Amino acid sequence: MANARPENKSEPWKDPGAQPYVRLEKLTKRFGDFVAVDDVTLNIYRNEIFCLLGGSGSGKTTLLRMMAGFERPTEGRIWIDGVDVTATPPYERPVNMMFQSYALFPHMSVQKNVAFGLRQDRVADPEVEQRVAEILKLVRMEPYAKRMPHQLSGGQRQRVALARALVKRPKLLLLDEPLAALDKKLREHTQFELLNIQETLGVTFVVVTHDQEEAMTLASRIGVMNYGAIVQIGTPSDIYEYPSSKFVADFIGSVNLFEGRLVEDEPDYVRVASEELGGTFHVGHGVSAAPDATVWVALRPEKILLGRERPEGDGDNRVEGVVAEVAYRGDQSIYLVKLASGRQMRVTQPNTLRTGTGDRIRWDDRVWLSWDSSSPVVVTQ
Amino acid sequence: MSAAPLRLREVIAWIRAHGPWRWASQGLRARGYSGRTLVTAIPYLWLLVFFLVPFLIVLKISVSEIRLAMPPYEPLVTWISDHVVGLRINFANYAFLVKDSLYWKSFLNSITTAGISTLICLLIGYPMAYGIARSSPAWRNILLLLVMLPFWTSFLLRVYAWIGILKNNGVINNLLMALSLIDEPVQMLQTNFAMYVGIVYSYLPFMVLPLYTAIEKLDPALLEAAADLGCRPVKAFFRITVPLTRSGIVAGCMLVFIPAVGEFVIPALLGGPDALMIGRVLWEEFFNNRDWPVASAVAIAMLFVLVIPIMVYQRYQGQQVGGHR
Amino acid sequence: MSRRSAFVTAMMVAGFLFLYLPILLMIAFSFNESRLVTVWGGFSTKWYGELFRNEQVLDAALLSFKVAAMNATGATVLGTITGLALARFGHFRGRPLLTGLATAPLVMPEVITGLSLLLLFVAMEQLFGWPEGRGVTTITIAHMTFSMAYVTVIVQSRLATLDESLEEAAMDLGARPAKVFFLITLPIIVPAILAGWLLAFTLSWDDLVITSFVTGPGSSTLPIVIFSKVRLGVSPDINALATILVLIVATGAVLYGWWTLRQQKRRDADVQRAIAANE
Repeated sequence: MANARPENKSEPWKDPGAQPYVRLEKLTKRFGDFVAVDDVTLNIYRNEIFCLLGGSGSGKTTLLRMMAGFERPTEGRIWIDGVDVTATPPYERPVNMMFQSYALFPHMSVQKNVAFGLRQDRVADPEVEQRVAEILKLVRMEPYAKRMPHQLSGGQRQRVALARALVKRPKLLLLDEPLAALDKKLREHTQFELLNIQETLGVTFVVVTHDQEEAMTLASRIGVMNYGAIVQIGTPSDIYEYPSSKFVADFIGSVNLFEGRLVEDEPDYVRVASEELGGTFHVGHGVSAAPDATVWVALRPEKILLGRERPEGDGDNRVEGVVAEVAYRGDQSIYLVKLASGRQMRVTQPNTLRTGTGDRIRWDDRVWLSWDSSSPVVVTQ
Repeated sequence: MSAAPLRLREVIAWIRAHGPWRWASQGLRARGYSGRTLVTAIPYLWLLVFFLVPFLIVLKISVSEIRLAMPPYEPLVTWISDHVVGLRINFANYAFLVKDSLYWKSFLNSITTAGISTLICLLIGYPMAYGIARSSPAWRNILLLLVMLPFWTSFLLRVYAWIGILKNNGVINNLLMALSLIDEPVQMLQTNFAMYVGIVYSYLPFMVLPLYTAIEKLDPALLEAAADLGCRPVKAFFRITVPLTRSGIVAGCMLVFIPAVGEFVIPALLGGPDALMIGRVLWEEFFNNRDWPVASAVAIAMLFVLVIPIMVYQRYQGQQVGGHR
Repeated sequence: MSRRSAFVTAMMVAGFLFLYLPILLMIAFSFNESRLVTVWGGFSTKWYGELFRNEQVLDAALLSFKVAAMNATGATVLGTITGLALARFGHFRGRPLLTGLATAPLVMPEVITGLSLLLLFVAMEQLFGWPEGRGVTTITIAHMTFSMAYVTVIVQSRLATLDESLEEAAMDLGARPAKVFFLITLPIIVPAILAGWLLAFTLSWDDLVITSFVTGPGSSTLPIVIFSKVRLGVSPDINALATILVLIVATGAVLYGWWTLRQQKRRDADVQRAIAANE
């Protein structure tokens, strides 16, 4: 499992002068009354791995299919490398797609499958052979060139599908839930391989997935989708640490969400009083909201300290409770702590001590939960 | 240009890039026609000309009069004088159908016979289809093949086979006489009974196949859930299996009923001279009486009676085949 | 429940016996020495000899064969296009009418279809002079019209179960729709098309009613000859003919069954090997 090293990653989306490689402008798709994609505007830059993350029905697959050319947008335009491709049919776009079901042609060998796209472009035979061999080597499927798809395992088929989509050196590669059909171990391994291949070939990826772990690992940026609209775009850490709404906070990872009222509103900090918490949050960043407005505070379980002793200091960012549930996960434990207000708070702690040793927190223990003021995030919607 | 010979592919590519091909396909595309339209037009036109138009002609002739000539019907439109054209629409044929009891009795008999035969087919066919669907996959294919096999042999010959079985010195009678169960042969041929046997026998595969398709789609877990919740097998059958296989039942029944109403061969070979089936009536009206207008009227009347079952069938057949976008 | 009740099994056996008894009896009696077909007079193959010497039957069989082959090919082309249009072209103008026209022949009583087609041919002859008289051409056209309905249903069902992402993948890789059809779709649905061809052949070969309406002098197909013979009663050489037909069909079915079984076994072995060697 690896993200690309920071020194290798540029961040073109932060550069106001950078030209987007793929531009989606006010893209909408309606099926009768049903709005599948709702007014999406998006810039994707060269060499990015952009992930569209959402649940089923969020519109992410429809958006992907519009980029591929299988759905015509009801409104809006699509540009790829400066060319308006909105009306271009899929067989004329410089875009290739890796399908969720892999869609390998069952009556053709691995070699013929991969060569198919090149033959449609009337590439000369010797060049076809060479490029096919090259790409098969890259995905480590060389020895299987003559096999038929039904003679391959799931992971092998996936690699052939990838090779087939990459051999044409498309400007844009679209991947539809690429890892969904693989088991956990293979998934981790393939994530790494995908990153590697992308860096080697320098292709721009757009990945559609419902799996947040996948998105967090692969993506340079994530676009979270809900009901056909993009609700937040950002790097994985942006999305995770600074969600822009309750939906995003709740969708990615686990989170404790508390409703509260803004009692103090300063440029560099705010205080939020929450009855659900039974206390106040002191949050170390400013918020743009009306005074006395209702806001929500998001606090990630791993950012909470769990202890028996009352923490020192003033009354913000702490609360007392009773341990209601403990879930042991091997590397970490998840605690559900019941507060005086009736709400439960989710806390994760790494298991630094072995079971049975030391003073471990158990069911029904009275505990104090505390966190740093840099940990909570205030969301206004 | 090199001296090397141009490959055929290159020549075609050049033609396609220039000249009439590009012009034609772009012109068509500009008018909103695509390759798809052209392709679909071929069978469409065929069906319009050879299936739909004929019905209109039948309608036209059913309102014309018979004459002794070839073709044996009067033209509808005639020149009455220099500037006047006359249209003769004669409903006498239809009046004749209504007045003469032969016709509506035949209709009634056809519908009754077809209806009863369909029911018998269903009662025999459903357990068969069920049994095949619940067999192991290896057996299933073999059994399906066995059901289809008679269908691939001649329909005519299979009906003919029953003559040999049902006639007075046929197999059944000989057997019964040999076993001393009867003294005189039982009249089976040329009766309604023989027709039921013939229709059920010939159309059974048409009933079994749609039923099988529907039953096979049924998830056995549903019946297990019912049993788990305390439902007895017979009740589960009527409350779960039957409703869920409804599309197969309807498709199968329509596939038997509708053609059976208009059957000719079976009444002709197995039915008696007074086996009043409307298909046979039409045939005899046409071939024996040479009365094309009346035959046409019979055909239109049949269509009238059958149009609703046909529409029902098409609706359920669409469900069976599976969706389109 | 995958366990079958005794009742169902009994009905199945009874049903199959019912289906096959007449056929088996016909085969048995084709070897009957006696002309009284249903009274056994000893074993003999003489009726087969008589059959092969009967010129009328042989000519009719040849004509039927030619018509059936032409019909099957034409009906397969038309039916495949229709099946493709109905399964893949989504909503287009005139779709409901095409669906209706394409599937109505499946249930339409043959007397109606036969009569209507004859009247069409007569009217066309009056107006255009074609078709001149009725014979092989009119029979073939008539057969194609109703056979294509069966091919349409077969192809349409097959396409409905064919994963559309295969065709999308081909388009994505640069193939235009026509190429997609010929390179990807067609090779995969070949078994269905073949089944359609065989079905159209059988239907044409066996058709009596429609053929009787649209045929002309000198064009007697096999069913017409058989029908005129059996109207007069049971005829032993017809039994011989029936037996030959059954044998041909049965052989074809057995070969087909054996071949598919072998294919299936091979595929299963391949899949097993792939799973075992999983990386």
